[in-house]
Amino acid sequence: MKNLKSIKTIKLLALFFVSSLALVSCSSDDDGDHDDHDHEEELITTVTYTLSDGTNVVTLTFQDLDGEGGEDGTTTVSGPLAASTTYTGTLQLLNETESPADNITLEVEEEGDEHEFFFSSTINDITITKDDMDVNNNPIGIESTLTTGAAGTGSLTIILKHEPTKPNDGTAAAAGGSTDVEVTFPITVQ
Amino acid sequence: MKKIFFGLFIALSCYTYGQDCNYTFLGEVKDFHDKSSIPSATIYINEQDKYIVSDFDGKFKIENLCSGTITLTISHIGCETKTVSYQVNNDVFKEIYLEHHLEELTEVVVNSNLKTENTSIEQSLNKEIIENYTDKSLGDALNSLSGVSSLNTGNTIVKPMIHGLHSSRLLIINNNVRLFDQEWGDEHAPNIDINSSNKIEVVKGANTLKYGSDAVGGLILVKPKKYSPVDSLFGSTILSLNSNGRGGNINTELVKTFKSGYYAKLQSSYKQFGDFKAPDYYLTNSGLKNFNASLTAGYNSFEKGFDAYYSVVSNEIAILQSSHIGNVNDLVTAINSKEPRVIEDFSYDIDYPKQEILHHLGKIEAYKRFKGLGKLSVQYDLQINRRKEFDLRRGDLANTPVIDLRLFTNALQSNLHIDYIDDLKIDTGIMVRYQQNDAISGTGASPLIPDFDKYDASIYAIGNYDVSDTAELSAGIRYDYSRIEATKWYNISDWEDNNYDELFPQFESNTTDNSQILTYPEFSYHNISANLGYSKQFNNDMSIYLNYGLATRVPNPSELFSDGLHHSAARIETGLLTLNKEVAHKFVASFERNNENFGFSISPYYKYINDYIQLIPVGITTTIRGAFPVWEYNQINAQIFGVDIDVNKKISNSFNYNGSISLLKGDNKSDDIPLILMPATNFSNRISYYNEDLNQLTIGLSHKTVLQQNRYPDYNFYTFNPISQEDVYVDISSTPSAYSLFGFNSSMNFKAFKKGNLKLEFNIENLFNTSYREHLNRLRYFADELGRNFNLKIKINY
Repeated sequence: MKNLKSIKTIKLLALFFVSSLALVSCSSDDDGDHDDHDHEEELITTVTYTLSDGTNVVTLTFQDLDGEGGEDGTTTVSGPLAASTTYTGTLQLLNETESPADNITLEVEEEGDEHEFFFSSTINDITITKDDMDVNNNPIGIESTLTTGAAGTGSLTIILKHEPTKPNDGTAAAAGGSTDVEVTFPITVQ
Repeated sequence: MKKIFFGLFIALSCYTYGQDCNYTFLGEVKDFHDKSSIPSATIYINEQDKYIVSDFDGKFKIENLCSGTITLTISHIGCETKTVSYQVNNDVFKEIYLEHHLEELTEVVVNSNLKTENTSIEQSLNKEIIENYTDKSLGDALNSLSGVSSLNTGNTIVKPMIHGLHSSRLLIINNNVRLFDQEWGDEHAPNIDINSSNKIEVVKGANTLKYGSDAVGGLILVKPKKYSPVDSLFGSTILSLNSNGRGGNINTELVKTFKSGYYAKLQSSYKQFGDFKAPDYYLTNSGLKNFNASLTAGYNSFEKGFDAYYSVVSNEIAILQSSHIGNVNDLVTAINSKEPRVIEDFSYDIDYPKQEILHHLGKIEAYKRFKGLGKLSVQYDLQINRRKEFDLRRGDLANTPVIDLRLFTNALQSNLHIDYIDDLKIDTGIMVRYQQNDAISGTGASPLIPDFDKYDASIYAIGNYDVSDTAELSAGIRYDYSRIEATKWYNISDWEDNNYDELFPQFESNTTDNSQILTYPEFSYHNISANLGYSKQFNNDMSIYLNYGLATRVPNPSELFSDGLHHSAARIETGLLTLNKEVAHKFVASFERNNENFGFSISPYYKYINDYIQLIPVGITTTIRGAFPVWEYNQINAQIFGVDIDVNKKISNSFNYNGSISLLKGDNKSDDIPLILMPATNFSNRISYYNEDLNQLTIGLSHKTVLQQNRYPDYNFYTFNPISQEDVYVDISSTPSAYSLFGFNSSMNFKAFKKGNLKLEFNIENLFNTSYREHLNRLRYFADELGRNFNLKIKINY
């Protein structure tokens, strides 16, 4: 009887270890290589707003190459805007930690119904209209038209909302959603 | 000469075969532990149907035995009855060992006041209470104890908190296995199915050394049931249905026990809820799905035994959709808005953001008792925790988890319980453990916790000494060695900003990739922890307990390495490589009266924690998403003190009153401000009616009030809102107002089938549908807590 018991015990022990081994091997899926280096694929490092009146081009760039955290981002404005001028505006979002840089604008365009850009300026007589539409005929804002009025100095803020209410009254505050991009540029109209 | 011998041999053989019944059996009954003689033991001689009694020296004599088998059944008051058989073909002398520590084997029949150690300051939940929480979590169940609260993320992710301390500062021991399930994260609830346990003990005092050196807050012991060695097959099923969340839980367990001491148990539960409802709106994306199963098999006898256990917990938990925010302005909008951003109709769908967690736990434990020494147990355990967190993401990554970690832990440990000395019991043991974290690649995000290997080894000794019949003294000491080796990519700018390039040049590799550098941080720690306990029983059911504990905790991987954005908190959390270990001194006392008619427990405590690691906001960073507060780990000296009071009073034969109150104060001594995230004063009352004759009818009314926490550190700040062109105030510190909740519960028992019974329960939670928010809920900025819930439970025992 005693022998029988110990045999049972040993069998059970063996069974347990076999099953635990099986467990370990089952769960060691998809990660053979420990040196895999995951990049921030979703990261947006660079926002560029290119304004062109046909002859002159003004670019507004926000760049934060080390992503969220680390060093603060930098803002670059190539020059002043001309008064009473109509510019064609194009937004581009890049992830420059990837090589070659990943064009995030394409993702936003693809999921246009879940995204929308919002523009606002402290210079009152600047008007911006969105020229592109998502599948539901609501604006996205990758393509836009910016019209300047009188000379002045102020700032321009560009916000990209994920899952905003669409359609909305055109303001970021009312649209809700969560913010993917919020950058502010100092601008001068002369 | 040879002939003479030969002749003698023949003669002797004849004598033997002659079936003369002339043999004598001399026996001595002794105690298994200390080998002392047991007088007045009853010996039943089965073959002769005759009783005799052992003499003063524990000896007995059976004369005129025939050759053959003799079977004796020996019994003695307080001892386990033992039956032994011997082959008699000579005069025989045998020592027979009896065991008089019966309670260890049949804990089943013993009352619930059995403590982990006699000097321990603890509270416990028995099976009946656990069943009330069958469709809730461990944290919810423990929340009903005084001094225990919880840190929540929504209403389904509930982390237990003892005296304001949680996560790595609490040890959770499931079935004698220390739970490792990435417990460092605030939004990581313990992966335990409450239904698989029979008893849950919370040790607030210092008797925790057997399990670890780092129980700064305390210890939670989740214990299975021990089964009597009888031939039996039994089981039970509980079905629980709820109006809020339109879901519930079903749990079934089946137990087979054998007279020989073998036993097996199978348990399984499934839980599902859809969106829960606050009084005024649905909490969109707050449901969950949960599957658990556990299997135990073993053999239990006094001298030896083993136990094999395996459990799997699979959780899919939705996280309130409104809690996903982009930047600090979104947070301000959420704080200022009365309602969550997204309110949709009820749905069972679990959408993003969500968590998916799978936890395997397996162990095998074997023990053997040695005469005149004690009990030696050896245990091997293994755990695999896979955690996936899904966020709202763009494009191809929409269905890819943003966090995907696999933590593998295994440990080998032994414990020797020396009990042969009458007044002194000693527990001593060693443990080795290896842990590996694997940040699974393919998430398209840099891992929050990097790959690491962790090695631990420890040794401890604990003594319990009976000073007198009513007083006991315990003391223990433990040494732990711990080493962590990690592999992590740092932004070169972060690495240099923190001065790591000068502090830790040895961690750097030559590998860089864009703006990142590969590093190999390695840390080793030596820890000493200790405890001292005293207990004294007085007349009239009074007793007093005094505990001192020295606990040491090494920084966890999250505190050292975490690095990234938490969307639900709109904050960037940064670990710190320069953290030291945390050293805590705990003083806990308890003055108790254990009496059915009027009992109480008053338990004051004081904790001083050197180099307490906390996560606090330190500034604002400007990112492409706008402004973010940066939260960093830092170390301060902290003190936490308070008192927990519990009272029970029998009003009449059928009416009972229970009440409790917890008071706590936490201070950041370094900065002379209150400590962050400390539970507020709370108290509860309960009146219950019981009628044995009316199907054991129970009706109860309960009440709980949580006061507003007025002592909190002010980390509020201003941030510039570019849309409104003004500075806005970000009030992340202020606490919600006080609230009171009422509950109703009732239950009845019926006979069902031949020997089974049926229990019906009807309960109402948040009776008055009160809208409230709780300070210790991480999602308190976004939505109210749950509204009224009707609950129906059906339990069948068979």
